[in-house]
Amino acid sequence: MTTETHEQHAPHGLPDWAWYVGVPLAAVVWWLVYGQLIPFSEWATSLFPVARDSHTGEAIAFFIYDVPKVLLLLTGIVFVTGVLRSWFSPEKTRAILAGKNQVWGYPLAAALGVLTPFCSCSSVPLFIGFVSAGIPLGVTFSFLIAGPMVGPVGLGLLYGLVGWQIATIYLVFGFTIATLAGVVLGRMGLERYLQDWVRELNAGPVGDLPEERLTLVDRLKIGVDQVREIVGKVWIWVLVGIGIGAAIHGYVPEEMMLRIMGGEAWWSVPAAVVVGVPMYTNAAGVIPIVEALLGKGAALGTTLAFMMSVIALSLPEMIILKQVLTYRLIAIFIAVVAAGILATGFLFNFLL
Amino acid sequence: MKTVKVYGPGCNRCETTETMVKEAAAKLGIAVEVEKVTDAKSIAMAGVMSTPGIAVDGKLVHAGGLPDTAKLEGWLSA
Repeated sequence: MTTETHEQHAPHGLPDWAWYVGVPLAAVVWWLVYGQLIPFSEWATSLFPVARDSHTGEAIAFFIYDVPKVLLLLTGIVFVTGVLRSWFSPEKTRAILAGKNQVWGYPLAAALGVLTPFCSCSSVPLFIGFVSAGIPLGVTFSFLIAGPMVGPVGLGLLYGLVGWQIATIYLVFGFTIATLAGVVLGRMGLERYLQDWVRELNAGPVGDLPEERLTLVDRLKIGVDQVREIVGKVWIWVLVGIGIGAAIHGYVPEEMMLRIMGGEAWWSVPAAVVVGVPMYTNAAGVIPIVEALLGKGAALGTTLAFMMSVIALSLPEMIILKQVLTYRLIAIFIAVVAAGILATGFLFNFLL
Repeated sequence: MKTVKVYGPGCNRCETTETMVKEAAAKLGIAVEVEKVTDAKSIAMAGVMSTPGIAVDGKLVHAGGLPDTAKLEGWLSA
């Protein structure tokens, strides 16, 4: 087998120079298209036989503006994140965390949770790999909470759709919840509530893989692969989320939104969490809904609580973790994270 | 006969990896027996933290993400 045949058959058999030219070119095209979204959506909306300022017109305009915007943002964020994360791996993260003292372990784990590439389908082997390497349970939880909670997709879309102020607030509080929830869970001494077989796996084997040397082009390829994989998977959630957002934007009266999700209704924060947990979507699907809710005057704390519980506490993930955690431990985990989310929600409704 | 184990809980990428291993082996004319390991405990015991992982004749060669075709052929023919 010669290398030439490999290159012909490889999915990305492009020469290196094509990557060095293609990626900046794609970035320029991206930027130009992104700048034309408002004229484009206004023009496309005017093609519909409805008045622009009617309920239906507002909903259509929201949808037509948001779909290309979210998809563009998503593609850009996923690509950049994919490239940056190629410098990290669960194996490296484990080595870093295993050697750290307790105090710094939690925020460090939360930070690495954001930077380390892992999909929820491999959270069980990852969990076991961490715990068996002697990383404390609380530190492991900080890692697992931060990953989805302050993921780059959610932050980037919040920045693009709602604004940098709220994106920053979300980052700071999401990170704090992941860190503190890990500390609290670590203090509770929950090791006895792991499934029996996990506890017996002490000092488990460490896969000693030779470190793969990646060129810049390899990393760019990883970015493109991530875009295919993730955008190919979540676009349907994006459309559903924007559809719901458009319906809220067009049809829900502001006065009704203030009554249900306004700052005066104290019960709206726990209600938002209760509604948010069973909702299964991802950051890309929920942020357009958040955009519409805030636009209609929903209180920031209530909306944050809703968004955090949708993204960070999802039932399918709990079902996956059931393999390693007992129901009791899952319940404690949910309670601690939910308490952090509630506190954030109440705090912002109180302050603003 | 080489024994190849593909570690993964059954996500899309793990299925793709299995297909890639079989295709690479067929292309190289190497007889392989591909075994899929889907049980979380066995995956973890093998030292795999990011799936899919690949072991050839008991030696772990890859973990996390789809393997590179050229590298995959290298592992199989080694």
